[in-house]
Amino acid sequence: MTKTPLQFRHNGRDVAVFVDGGVNLLVALRELIGDMTPKFGCGQGGCGACSVLIDGELHLSCLTLAETANGRAVETLDGMKDGPNLHPLQRAFMEQFAAQCGYCTPGMLMAAKALLDRNPSPTRAEVIEAISGNICRCTGYEPIINAVLAAATSGRARA
Amino acid sequence: MPVTVKTFASFGEAASALSSDRSARYLGGGTLVMRALNEGDISISTVVRATDQALSRIDVASSRVTIGAGVTFARVLAERELAFLHAPARSIGGPAVRNMGTVGGNLFAPSPYGDFTVALLALDATVSVQGGLGARDMPIEEFLQSRERQSGALVLAVSCQRPASADAFRYRKIARIKPKGGSVITLAAHLPVSGGRVSGARIALGSMAATQIRARAAERALEGRALDDSAVSAAAAAATEGVSPADNALGSAWYRREIVGVHLRRLLSGLE
Ligand SMILES: Cc1cc2nc3c(=O)[nH]c(=O)nc-3n(C[C@H](O)[C@H](O)[C@H](O)COP(=O)(O)OP(=O)(O)OC[C@H]3O[C@@H](n4cnc5c(N)ncnc54)[C@H](O)[C@@H]3O)c2cc1C
Ligand code: FES
Ligand code: FES
Repeated sequence: MTKTPLQFRHNGRDVAVFVDGGVNLLVALRELIGDMTPKFGCGQGGCGACSVLIDGELHLSCLTLAETANGRAVETLDGMKDGPNLHPLQRAFMEQFAAQCGYCTPGMLMAAKALLDRNPSPTRAEVIEAISGNICRCTGYEPIINAVLAAATSGRARA
Repeated sequence: MPVTVKTFASFGEAASALSSDRSARYLGGGTLVMRALNEGDISISTVVRATDQALSRIDVASSRVTIGAGVTFARVLAERELAFLHAPARSIGGPAVRNMGTVGGNLFAPSPYGDFTVALLALDATVSVQGGLGARDMPIEEFLQSRERQSGALVLAVSCQRPASADAFRYRKIARIKPKGGSVITLAAHLPVSGGRVSGARIALGSMAATQIRARAAERALEGRALDDSAVSAAAAAATEGVSPADNALGSAWYRREIVGVHLRRLLSGLE
């Protein structure tokens, strides 16, 4: 079976890989590029653990045909921090105890980033809506919602 | 098992590739096709894509709006002129699914999905299809009835007349999880009123049969009457006529029959 070349920007860096037909972007990121931050939870769109941003929009990488990312900008949790400095969302998740096992956390953070990039002052209802495609089985949603709201407040305080 | 992915710049080429290969599947947003591939569905050996901009066009210039099959729900939500379709678009999935899923893919989504299509059925939409024999427009009802035979055809766009007024079009999705949950029942109604009386009512139901269906007996109960308590009660009482819901994890067929009239009454009386 022939492989197809695929090039895209991965957290600001150009990458090029060869993919098998039908492979999803999650597999391409984890197995071909070695970025383990997006997680495999279900492969069915149901859990959100594989969430990434494509051209700034939230997508489920497990349901994205890898080839459709060609020429586009893919952001994962791996690109979120700035050198040694955590992103305000990451800091808020830590301070508000918004992660327990941490499996959902990469997806939660990407969904939260997609929200705050567009809407720096979300309401609680908007936060709930923004993470509604992401399932957390152990922390519970309240600390996660509180962390996103806290990150929004700290972001505004710095701006 | 790897599949062959064929990407075409024009929808015409994609349509020919689809119609000439029985095991080819068109990829819209991929939220259902990729699920099948991830599960190892061996009935798909070829995936066909079209990057043609014509498929993602939205035309709102006239009283009739046209939405390309490749338009996502997020884009419907970003278009102010499509405000009447915002409630159905918002009721689908979470934000990522709305960024990915398309209007065209929704026409093929099996129950419990296909919420947007319920709205389009109530609005008497037209579906433009490009098959092996050329392009044709068909009423959405006819499209849905022959949906199984449409595989191999490429949907180009859907179009519909804007509702007579904001109040004339109503939509309601019953889900157990909010936000984001599969449909127990989805209801949409277009209720044009002329001289104080309903004229040309269309009521569509999702998850009440194998495909989205019209509640024709309920429509008849409203026709020519004012939308008052007695007309609404008559329509609600007729809501189960012709339905054949199935049992699934979201609700039993019995439950769906029990509650469809209750929710139709609320929809028609404008209650939240
Ligand atoms: C987590 C999750 C939640 C969801 N929630 C909802 C929900 O609440 N409501 C709902 O209605 N749906 C829901 N869906 C289902 C699905 O996302 C939507 O129905 C969506 O509209 C499907 O569109 P798509 O472009 O992704 O389809 P695809 O997966 O690309 O295609 C689906 C089918 O349609 C065919 N197809 C697509 N486009 C065309 C075309 N232009 N011409 C011919 N055939 C075509 C494909 O070949 C395939 O058979 C959900 C899915 C997931 C994963
Ligand atoms: S792994 Fe993609 S949504 Fe669960
Ligand atoms: S922290 Fe364990 S699933 Fe969310």
